[in-house]
Amino acid sequence: MTIVGLTGDEAVAHAVKQSKADIVAAYPITPQTIMVERFSKYVADGEVHTGYVCVESEHSALSACVGASLTGARVFTATASQGLALMHEMLYIASGLRCPIVMGVANRALSAPINIHGDHSDMMASRDSGWVQIYAEDAQEAYDWTLLAFKLAEDKDVQLPLSVNLDGFIISHSMEGVDVLEDEAVVQFLQTRKPPFTIDPEKPVTVGALCLPDYYFEFKRQQVEAMANVCGVLEKACREYKGIAGRNYGALEAFGMEDAQAAIVCLGSTAGTAREVARKLRAQGKKVGVIKPWLYRPFPTEEIISASKRVKALAVLDRAVSFGAPYGALCSDIVSALYSLRESPRIFNVVYGLGGRDIQPSDIEVVFNEALEAAERGVIRQETMFLGERE
Amino acid sequence: MVTLKELSTEELFASGHRLCAGCGEGIINRMTMKALRGPTIIVAATGCSEVATTIYPYTSWRVSWVHVAFENAAAVASGIVEAYRAMARRGAWNRHVDVIAMAGDGGTYDIGIQALSGALERGHDFLYICYDNEAYMNTGIQRSGATPHGADTTTSPAGSVIPGKPEWKKDLIGICAAHGIEYAATASPAYWSDYITKVRKGIEVNGPAVIDVLSPCPLGWRHDSARSIELVRLAVETRYFPIYEVERGKYKLNLNISKPKPVEEFLKAQGRFAHLFKPEYRKDVIDEIQLNVDANWNRILKLCTQN
Repeated sequence: MTIVGLTGDEAVAHAVKQSKADIVAAYPITPQTIMVERFSKYVADGEVHTGYVCVESEHSALSACVGASLTGARVFTATASQGLALMHEMLYIASGLRCPIVMGVANRALSAPINIHGDHSDMMASRDSGWVQIYAEDAQEAYDWTLLAFKLAEDKDVQLPLSVNLDGFIISHSMEGVDVLEDEAVVQFLQTRKPPFTIDPEKPVTVGALCLPDYYFEFKRQQVEAMANVCGVLEKACREYKGIAGRNYGALEAFGMEDAQAAIVCLGSTAGTAREVARKLRAQGKKVGVIKPWLYRPFPTEEIISASKRVKALAVLDRAVSFGAPYGALCSDIVSALYSLRESPRIFNVVYGLGGRDIQPSDIEVVFNEALEAAERGVIRQETMFLGERE
Repeated sequence: MVTLKELSTEELFASGHRLCAGCGEGIINRMTMKALRGPTIIVAATGCSEVATTIYPYTSWRVSWVHVAFENAAAVASGIVEAYRAMARRGAWNRHVDVIAMAGDGGTYDIGIQALSGALERGHDFLYICYDNEAYMNTGIQRSGATPHGADTTTSPAGSVIPGKPEWKKDLIGICAAHGIEYAATASPAYWSDYITKVRKGIEVNGPAVIDVLSPCPLGWRHDSARSIELVRLAVETRYFPIYEVERGKYKLNLNISKPKPVEEFLKAQGRFAHLFKPEYRKDVIDEIQLNVDANWNRILKLCTQN
């Protein structure tokens, strides 16, 4: 075990180095920049064989990644916010051409007004793009999931691009002690990429042909099937990873859910705060819990049902707004996932932390108390709670 | 210059594609394949050639061919070139691969110029070929940065007040050459040997190369499809489309047109300029175009003599 002090961005860069990625093509954007800065130093110092393509935009970053991935290379990119928005067209093409590109996203609010701080509006706007999406809680998780990401994305039954999300600044720029694996352990775990096909000119193929109404549908269905394979592959990969790293991962992490009456569902760094508050409240005899999905796409419906089937009230925290929708994106998914239960828990939506607005333990306590009250009385607020909003 | 006997008889671009009769792109694709020297990957931008040669599950390409999107052929090519180099560094690849990006003037002069500029500046070893048919033909003849002054397109229509596109064509080769690249050239498929030689040269140089090849479009230019090659020869003979190359900054005229035909001959053969002749003879606009053709020719001649 080697503990090193790394920010979330540095932890991702370290994992990419150990993964022996062939190509990193990226464009700098706050708060992702440290990932590509660190990585370009590895290249400059000859620590990696990687080709670092210092492109002129995020659109070209992902375009270069798609080209590189089709050759059979292992490929990484990174972005945030406006950069992810500029990539939007290419996100769908990367998944449609089945390129297992791994992307680090230091989540940041979208303009306007311009803001450089953390929220999930960037990735939530891309949630239907066919990318597997993972949300990390801290630098350790960002490191571990970046390694797991290559394993998962490149699996023969998946072959899909994957984003590892970490909250901008809160994780991307905060230094923590990160337990990093030995290089050799990573090499053993990841192996080299074994693509089912490549554009090797000695075996000519046509990739990216025009598909009219007679075939397009079937290509999309294959992506649906690949997404459906993710949970099984993830479980297997996490089991293997536990063997070498000793850390336990899966589709989600449940805390206190064995007896919780009320619980919070949230993504990323907020889960740490929620867990601490839950611990304190549980010490006071209040039965509360936390569900932290690591995997957001595909949505781990079975695991969500299993974790929340005994709970009476759920507060779902969204760090992004879905303008005009009945709920935020995460809450909509939770409501849909639990709809089939005979007795679905009462669910309310909390929108918080937009543009990096800080969330305090006292804020979380307000949410838990409201959820506990709803669990006891069986009635629940209908309107969205805007937590931490200025009066 | 390559001779007919030296050309490979192998057809790496197959017939049976669905390009229009008289389309320059099919001819250019076939000629391009004749210039290959070994394992090659074609990166196509969205456009007529992509749409008409790879309708799933069919393909006209007997080389590896990749289409990703409209504006990014140069960026995709960058990724492919660098990926093979990186895989070679770790011992997983041991062959040289030539990469050729092919895009229309929409994907080159306009929406793709940022990706092209970035790739040229980074210096990847690839060839970029622009099929220049002087408008967005695939979407139904809209004006581009390559559309000539006075041309009637669906977004620069000839009206009672404005006689076709008011702006002038961009100097793509000048823009590319300004990046300090190894090789840039213009070509016309009427001069097949010149074009094929240039493609081969573009492949062989160590670094980025760009070729802007004039591609006749019977639908967009509105001419008889049997006269496509004749028209792109006339474009050269009138000095409308000078044939030259820029090697490491040095301009060289490849086809000297000592007795040019008036540009009017080129214009009147095409429906896109018909409004300059009927109902009213627009001598003012035609003269303006002729003046521009002369000035452009003199500008290039001057660049050639400066070497």
